[in-house]
Amino acid sequence: MKVRLDQDRCVSSGQCVLNAPAVFDQRDEDGVAVLLVADPDEDQADDVRQAAALCPALAILVEE
Amino acid sequence: MVHDTLAAFPMSRAARCPFDPPPGLHDLRDQARLTRVRLWDGSTPWLVTRHAEQRALLADPRVSSDATRPGYPFPGPARPGADKIGFILMDDPEHARLRRMVTAPFAIRRVEALRPAVQKIVDDLIDDLLAGPKPVDLVEAFALPVPSLVICRLLGVPYADHDLFQSHSRNLISRSVPVEERNASFRALHDYLSRLLEQKVTRPGDDLLSQLVARVEAGELTLADAAGIGVLLLIAGHETTANMIALGTLVLLEQPDQLALLRDGEDPKLVAGAVEELLRFLNITHTGLRRVALADIEIAGVIVRAGEGLIFANDIANRDPDAFPEPAALDLTRDARRHVAFGFGVHQCLGQPLARMELQVVYSTLYRRIPTLRRATGLDDIPFKNDGQVYGVYELPVSW
Repeated sequence: MKVRLDQDRCVSSGQCVLNAPAVFDQRDEDGVAVLLVADPDEDQADDVRQAAALCPALAILVEE
Repeated sequence: MVHDTLAAFPMSRAARCPFDPPPGLHDLRDQARLTRVRLWDGSTPWLVTRHAEQRALLADPRVSSDATRPGYPFPGPARPGADKIGFILMDDPEHARLRRMVTAPFAIRRVEALRPAVQKIVDDLIDDLLAGPKPVDLVEAFALPVPSLVICRLLGVPYADHDLFQSHSRNLISRSVPVEERNASFRALHDYLSRLLEQKVTRPGDDLLSQLVARVEAGELTLADAAGIGVLLLIAGHETTANMIALGTLVLLEQPDQLALLRDGEDPKLVAGAVEELLRFLNITHTGLRRVALADIEIAGVIVRAGEGLIFANDIANRDPDAFPEPAALDLTRDARRHVAFGFGVHQCLGQPLARMELQVVYSTLYRRIPTLRRATGLDDIPFKNDGQVYGVYELPVSW
């Protein structure tokens, strides 16, 4: 799995951090999401898919 | 099209089903995924009823929140200037520029750092409840103070002024208060926030309003814009959560098996899931999210033309059987995370992490500490907020 994050689209909802905390974080200055792991392990895959599905700004792109 | 045959929107709930969306909305949802409705001013925007189409269109950049565009479907004659009510009635890039000025305190880590303080606020208010007379109005004594104290702390607004901002907020989101009175309440709140911001120029604190003052001094924001953002955050920060606390408690008292899950369970995951399900089930923003199309958009077999209004009834989308099996059942153990109670797209609720945390603390504490909590009046005697933009109860007399 490959994950891409478009920070320009991010609206700081925090959904990615709530649902896949091992893969995403947020910047201190504005809460914009930060991608910690671009190629997460299989045991993170469900969390990442959930994060992408819940992102209100469609800022997370997952390539399986 | 013969517009006088169209259903009027918004619609009324069935008197005996105060927790469910109006029956007329269910009918429209079953008839078409998008359908035209008639508004107070005779305009006939599209009503989007289904979960899938709501998510698709709310995240579509061809769908605008700019209330100055012709065709924008206003909920009523009150039209505060788009520049005065924060950034909710505008589009990117200006919307994103302003919104990002206030997103930092709502990041998950920052909100989690507030959790012990919120727990103390909740515990102290319950101590007061238990020491005071009963029956007591849970709205006045608990549901309203919890989020008001929290948002005051976050913004740097003195809680001592809560009567002022709570009463003006109530006016502002009511549909039964005359336009002139609502406009006056808006001006009063705007003036109040302006004065607070001016005080913080010389006496800044560790709060969001002080950070907005720094933006004003840096020339990134006018004082009027800063006050508008303050009004938005202050209203949204207390009214919505307060209604979720009171209405959530009422529906749980009606369904004791569900309440027992929260009262007797220890698992934070169950509590977090319960909050999502209550958000889905109650969906307190019940007059629809408003947008206008910027281009012709083909969706679900219809073409929404550029300049046509769109209303997203998120309450009925959260009861969409394609998204949530057995949607009419309140089931705190279901995975309800895809609900659209906070909206969807770039305008999705800014305060959602804070609202979630506050509701998790409240729902996991109140019923455990007062296990015999009960309604002190008949369900028929509870005054529901049928006339507001935000649903809930005006009063909830309880005892134990």
